[in-house]
Amino acid sequence: MLQSVSTRPHTRDELSAAVGDAAELDATLAELARVRAIGELDAPEVPQPKIIPLAPFPLTTMVLNVTNQCNLSCEYCYEYGEDKIVDTENGKQPKFMSEETARQSVDFMLRESGSNKVAHVTFFGGETLLNFPVLKKTIAYARARGAELGKEVDFSLTTNATLLKPDIIEFLADERVGVTISIDGPKDVQDKFRVFHNGTGSYDIVAPKIKELLKRHRSRPIGARVTLTSGTMDVKRIYQHLTEEIGFWEVGFAPVTTSPNRKHAISESGYDEMLGQFRDLAYDFLEASVANRHHGFSNVKETIEELHKGVSKAFPCGAGLGLLGVATDGDVALCHRFAGSDSHKFGTVRDGIDRDAQHAFLQAHHIANKTDCSVCWARPLCSGGCYHEAHTRYGETTHPNLHYCDWIRGWTDVCLRIYGELSERNPGFLTQFDRDEAEAEKVS
Amino acid sequence: MKHLKSVNRKAVRVEKATEQPDVVALQRTGLPQTPHFPIGCSLVFSPGWEADRTGGTAGLCQPVERDLFDCHIGCYWPAQVPDQLNHAPDWTAKCAAAQKDWRKIDLIFP
Repeated sequence: MLQSVSTRPHTRDELSAAVGDAAELDATLAELARVRAIGELDAPEVPQPKIIPLAPFPLTTMVLNVTNQCNLSCEYCYEYGEDKIVDTENGKQPKFMSEETARQSVDFMLRESGSNKVAHVTFFGGETLLNFPVLKKTIAYARARGAELGKEVDFSLTTNATLLKPDIIEFLADERVGVTISIDGPKDVQDKFRVFHNGTGSYDIVAPKIKELLKRHRSRPIGARVTLTSGTMDVKRIYQHLTEEIGFWEVGFAPVTTSPNRKHAISESGYDEMLGQFRDLAYDFLEASVANRHHGFSNVKETIEELHKGVSKAFPCGAGLGLLGVATDGDVALCHRFAGSDSHKFGTVRDGIDRDAQHAFLQAHHIANKTDCSVCWARPLCSGGCYHEAHTRYGETTHPNLHYCDWIRGWTDVCLRIYGELSERNPGFLTQFDRDEAEAEKVS
Repeated sequence: MKHLKSVNRKAVRVEKATEQPDVVALQRTGLPQTPHFPIGCSLVFSPGWEADRTGGTAGLCQPVERDLFDCHIGCYWPAQVPDQLNHAPDWTAKCAAAQKDWRKIDLIFP
């Protein structure tokens, strides 16, 4: 019946010829209508409710930009490249977060986490490890304060791996700090953009350090985070290199955030290309998962987890809700990508969240405002896409990311198929997602 | 659900929540024993049913006249309405849409 109506609209009589039994037909139609698989032609659109979450919304994840400085000069970087929002060289922000600001941030986090039992702190940069001394002290302070308040504090960080040393690795392993490494792939790919200030590639420096980290740090799975550009689109080769040769447990890919005229920007045909490669890797993931073998393609895992939970988003991500970024001076921002920007400020760690600014932001960014999205079936998962991507592409965070709609729909379609197959062939695999505790947002 | 199977966690929860019949006001033998939620009844969270935001009835989410039919067809309760089965089968015959035509409902005298 679905196949028939997917080609063109049918009347009830036309369908009845195929089914025969009238009661059976009505029951089937009712079921399909109930799950909104079918509907009446030209039926008036049901307006979607615009419900703004009630404040105070508990903070789940705080991203602490412990420095805005970096020892690499990746050409595509949103923090330093031509698309940057905040002037980190001559701006008002200190280049490194002080110990005091970090402590105030921890207090802020614990205060704003409401009744949550776990608070997630993610250290970010710049290059996070440039401020390792403050990071180290902050973890000790947060553990102590958390214990006093009966809360567990969970830590993670993102780093380019250039500054990993045995004592740092030791510390991260002992303290169970989750580590994500920004790395783009094998030497030729990595060295294309991820270069030091003098232009030399970073692969030869980071590869041995990462292997050391992976050998010693076994307390949590360590993931790689790959930025895809027009010139480095070789998903399968990158994945194989990072998992098989380097030894990462998981690899996540994200297309570069940039204005469309840059040479590393991914074009429309580039997105098609990327979709094809993602699809191939996603089917490898499926076969591995059916056989209960681990596969580290985290993009597909994250999406099928959302499908399993039945996520329906009014906002594309947790930014401004359960996730906030903190700049080096203690200003609270929408997320780490906007940290330090006055126009995306939500208060300070000392004075707390600016609830009026937060409410105004949520009002302006609800999916109900995004007219373009109202007819898209991928809306519940995408919800218009990344605010920062929109800001870079269109100059405003409220704009839906129309340049990658086809990609999002294509990818959601792939994941729905994978999810469907998994639920038939190995439903046990999906039970790993049946956990309810609030989890940290992925930060990239 | 007979033709569709719930797959994801949310769908399983929705199915579980609705598989046991809830409070059913009117049950006659022969009717399918499925849960019945009269629209606007207090079983359903439907704010703005009895009073609008100003405390009046001008801006209700659903017209106040719906009450008559929901209670009459779905529940026989709490509205007192004529006995449509025996005594006054046509008392709503001229009322095609309650919101518009409620004035045309016949007055019935016992």
